Amino acid sequence: MNTTIIPSRNQKSEILPEKKKKSQLVSIWKRLRKNKLAVAGLVILTFIILSAAFANVLFDYNTVVIQQNAAERLQPPSAKHWLGTDELGRDILARIVHGARVSIPIAFTTILIATVVGGLIGAISGYGSKRVDNIIMRIMDIFLAIPGILLSIAIVAALGPSLRNLLIAISIANIPPFARIVRASVLSIRNEEFIEAARAIGANGVRIIFKHIIPNSMAPVIVQATLCIAGSILEIAALSFIGLGIQPPAPEWGAMLSGGRQYIRYAWWICAFPGIAIMLTILSLNLLGDGLRDALDPKLKN
Amino acid sequence: MHKFILRRLAMLIPVLLGVSFIVFSIMDLTPGDPVEMYLGDNYTPEAHAEMTKELGLDKPFIVRYLNYIGNAVQGDFGISYSTKQPVLDEILARFPNTLVLAIAALIFAIVVGIILGTISAAKQNSIFDSTSTFTALIGVSMPNFWFGLMLIIIFAAGLGWFPSSEFSGVKSLVLPAIALGTNSLAIITRMTRSSLLETIRQDYVRTARAKGLKEYKVIIKHALRNAMIPIITISGLQFGFLISGAVVIETVFSWPGIGRLLVEAIQLKDTPIVLSLVLIKAAMFTVINLGTDIMYAFFDPRIRAQYKAKRV
Repeated sequence: MNTTIIPSRNQKSEILPEKKKKSQLVSIWKRLRKNKLAVAGLVILTFIILSAAFANVLFDYNTVVIQQNAAERLQPPSAKHWLGTDELGRDILARIVHGARVSIPIAFTTILIATVVGGLIGAISGYGSKRVDNIIMRIMDIFLAIPGILLSIAIVAALGPSLRNLLIAISIANIPPFARIVRASVLSIRNEEFIEAARAIGANGVRIIFKHIIPNSMAPVIVQATLCIAGSILEIAALSFIGLGIQPPAPEWGAMLSGGRQYIRYAWWICAFPGIAIMLTILSLNLLGDGLRDALDPKLKN
Repeated sequence: MHKFILRRLAMLIPVLLGVSFIVFSIMDLTPGDPVEMYLGDNYTPEAHAEMTKELGLDKPFIVRYLNYIGNAVQGDFGISYSTKQPVLDEILARFPNTLVLAIAALIFAIVVGIILGTISAAKQNSIFDSTSTFTALIGVSMPNFWFGLMLIIIFAAGLGWFPSSEFSGVKSLVLPAIALGTNSLAIITRMTRSSLLETIRQDYVRTARAKGLKEYKVIIKHALRNAMIPIITISGLQFGFLISGAVVIETVFSWPGIGRLLVEAIQLKDTPIVLSLVLIKAAMFTVINLGTDIMYAFFDPRIRAQYKAKRV
């Protein structure tokens, strides 16, 4: 991905960098494909995202997911309701599938915000002067001293439970690790020879950051983002479970667990299946993240 | 060595001040009138004004923050809105329960984690190894509060071996400790396995084998002892999470610890308790992490030697 200067031996040399970029993605994909667990994670994740995308085709939101049905409450799993029904007679499978539409977009959004903001802070810290770096990193240390879930709880408890506040809380809690990672990779890259070469041929600071430093520090960020999405899904579920996240009747996995808690003595399926959905999603992201770490590590290339 | 510890302890102060400032600022955003929370529904405007003054709410933000810190250092965290008791008393009454639960969970995680990780590494690529690696993967992917609910369904509601939510004796500790400790167990298992796999390839292990020691002695006395440092570090970090991050699991088991107190206080909008709990939990987390760092230096003879050498 880095633009090593290629001696122009023939006219073809101009298209060489483009070709190289492509081949690198291909080689990462090839290495990822060899890792069976990572492929399994990718398959599970794709399945979950697809079923979330087509949730409205599978189950109608208003008549199946939200509509209460007293006649069918607490039904065990059967041919009609594959995973049973909950305390208000709603189909659990339908609610789990629609629950993915809640958790997954929120998790991706929070981590996207955290990556961009944290990455920017980290890049400034790593590329800036020593004093700027010191100030920023001490502030990040303070945030890192509070466990993420506790920080999220404090923010939502203060602002009040709502979707927007949940987004804010989880995004903020995830910023420090990204700032740290980007700073570390910027620090390790900024003195590399190819940066010096770019500077020598007259590239300015902005170009160096966007063209050389950011692409070359992406690998650890991608891995961290994959693992953080998993953490974010867990936090959304935990916050909803204690009533600080998504509010009923919206189908959210943690809120479903909380609703079914009183009935566990008679109806195990209400609590069992939403938790399995959380676990499968997190497991797939963890497997994929571990696989990406290996695939993106140039030291493990062969 | 002392210098190192002192320097790390000194660094604790700005971090704790920063944490308290962040938490205080967040809590200051809470909508609602604290005076109303104290006085209830019926009060005269005069009483309202008097209470505002008494609570120091007429002062600017930074003064209130400094007052709070000044009082907190002296052990005064304010008065709870809901019970009208001093916040510190409420927290101290619940804290031993959280401590017991966290220690039980940690012991469970360390003992089982080291055993599983050691067998995995000693029999690398066996069926046992892949099973325990996969189990560890499931363990880190599982929400612990859901696992707690499953334990209640199977062992409390189904088999009736343990009480589900009563708070009585050692028996009621078993399920919450397992539920809380499983994530740490998975992490410690993975760490033990990878650390041991590294030491097992060292020359001194080959020497131990060459002089005819029994395999279990080679593993336990020569390999595992040298693999312990990262395991101790990760266990210390896990303890920090167990004692400060375990908010939800206490709710699941109705365990009367500070995690459940936090959830209850949030529901009652009891800001003084929420603020103090977040602050105290973050402080404990920081102090435990620091303790782990110091322990790490203490256990590793190479690091210890470095500090000794520097002093000379």
